[in-house]
Amino acid sequence: MTDTAFNRPKPYVSDRTRPYWESGADGRLRVARCQSCGHYLHPPAPICPRCRARDIAFEPVSGRGTVYSYTVNRYQWKEGMPPPYVIAEVELAEQPGLRLMTNIVECDFDKVAIGMDVQVTFDEVDGLYIPVFKP
Amino acid sequence: MSGKFEDSAVISGAFRSQSGRKLSVDPWELSIEAAMGAIADAGLPVDAIDGLSTYPGPIGSTPGMTAGGTQDMKAMLGLNTRWHTGGMEMPGQLGAVINAMMAVHSGLAEHVLCFRTVWEASAQRQAGSRAKALGNSAMHERTQWTDPYGVSYPNYGALMMQRYFAQSGSTREQFGTLASVQRDNALLNPHRVFDKPLAVEDYLEDRMISDPMCLFDCDVPIDGSTAFVISRTDSRAIDAKRKVRFEAVGSSVGYEACAEMMWSRTDLTPADIGAAQLYDGWSILSVLWLEALGLCGKNEGGHFIGDRDRIGLSGDLPINTDGGQLSAGRMHGFGALFEACVQLRGEAGERQASSERQPQIVSVGAADFTSCFLVR
Repeated sequence: MTDTAFNRPKPYVSDRTRPYWESGADGRLRVARCQSCGHYLHPPAPICPRCRARDIAFEPVSGRGTVYSYTVNRYQWKEGMPPPYVIAEVELAEQPGLRLMTNIVECDFDKVAIGMDVQVTFDEVDGLYIPVFKP
Repeated sequence: MSGKFEDSAVISGAFRSQSGRKLSVDPWELSIEAAMGAIADAGLPVDAIDGLSTYPGPIGSTPGMTAGGTQDMKAMLGLNTRWHTGGMEMPGQLGAVINAMMAVHSGLAEHVLCFRTVWEASAQRQAGSRAKALGNSAMHERTQWTDPYGVSYPNYGALMMQRYFAQSGSTREQFGTLASVQRDNALLNPHRVFDKPLAVEDYLEDRMISDPMCLFDCDVPIDGSTAFVISRTDSRAIDAKRKVRFEAVGSSVGYEACAEMMWSRTDLTPADIGAAQLYDGWSILSVLWLEALGLCGKNEGGHFIGDRDRIGLSGDLPINTDGGQLSAGRMHGFGALFEACVQLRGEAGERQASSERQPQIVSVGAADFTSCFLVR
């Protein structure tokens, strides 16, 4: 599967979430992290849900993860995104439960599996870098 | 447990309006039909209503999810009410009922009209398609995480289902059996949205929406309204023979937490249950509820629903006896409580479950937006 045919909708972005969406410009994924206790949080928020510290900053992560669940979507929900394509929840290597909703790309549908190791890659939309994952 | 708030309130009236996929009826008309129907069912004069609750109130959401709030109902019916609540205050759509019970328990109201109206069928038609209607959300802060990936609501159900299949070894045949049994039940329900049986083979050959979820795993958007009157248990104005009692409520975040709370508030056990009206926005949600409620073992839900004799109307545990949202339309949880009332009153006609006098479970919601009830 390739997603080069996609014309993805550009996500709404706020000042709080912009660093996440712009992170991929240098090929690295950055996730909001509590500077006090080290807990990663996604989506980014102004407070750490674990220790309640207010010092949150974006930090680079490995970009590695595993497929928590996946589905081959077969219905056209968005203009510019013709089905079929793979939607997945990917759990990042850095922290149990730290999951992103994403697409699996560059992989045959029947090869995708729960527990599969994946690596981040980015699809640029108008200056924003949409993190997607490949085997 | 003595002195629990559930003992203070009963359902004295219940009514489901006309409903369907192509009604072309003003949604406020549906609200009034259900409201007036429920008040009449309770045998009360309209002016006896002194409290109002609804879900989710007049808020921005996907189109067709609500038609008017408590102030609108108060104005339309010319009520002199003293207590209102009508947003999304509690976890779970039927939190509106729990709020009403608490108001009655605490003396803030004696008879609360609790209503819920949907008109998603019309709203999606007006928007041009289901995809356009669901994408027309004002909730950009949340949807930024899903929009660029082409994700819509059913995909969440598919992700749950895929993971559940992997961990439990469940099959599409088993889920198809649940859909087929619910369709059989719906054919005995005047509020059904389909007129033909659904064979398991039909389910297996259906087009996929999002693997492993097919269209028959998804509930059906309709227009319609449901209303209840929640009254003080000792009110002399209501018909004691027809009232439906709340044995226990589970109101918390998540299936297991709800179930744990509910069972902690009663001496009854899963063995006492006559039927289960389990939320089925997607079929997988009924299975997750079934397990969380302890009606079957962990990861045994697929096997459980795969036995149509067990979950059918004359089985050990009839499930979704009105057809559920898969075959009687998406009343968004309120339909499940309505069906429990009909069954407990012995008024379900041909679809009366054999165990009509046993307590019933009603569960609503998904993920972290959940509540459940034990009614008798």
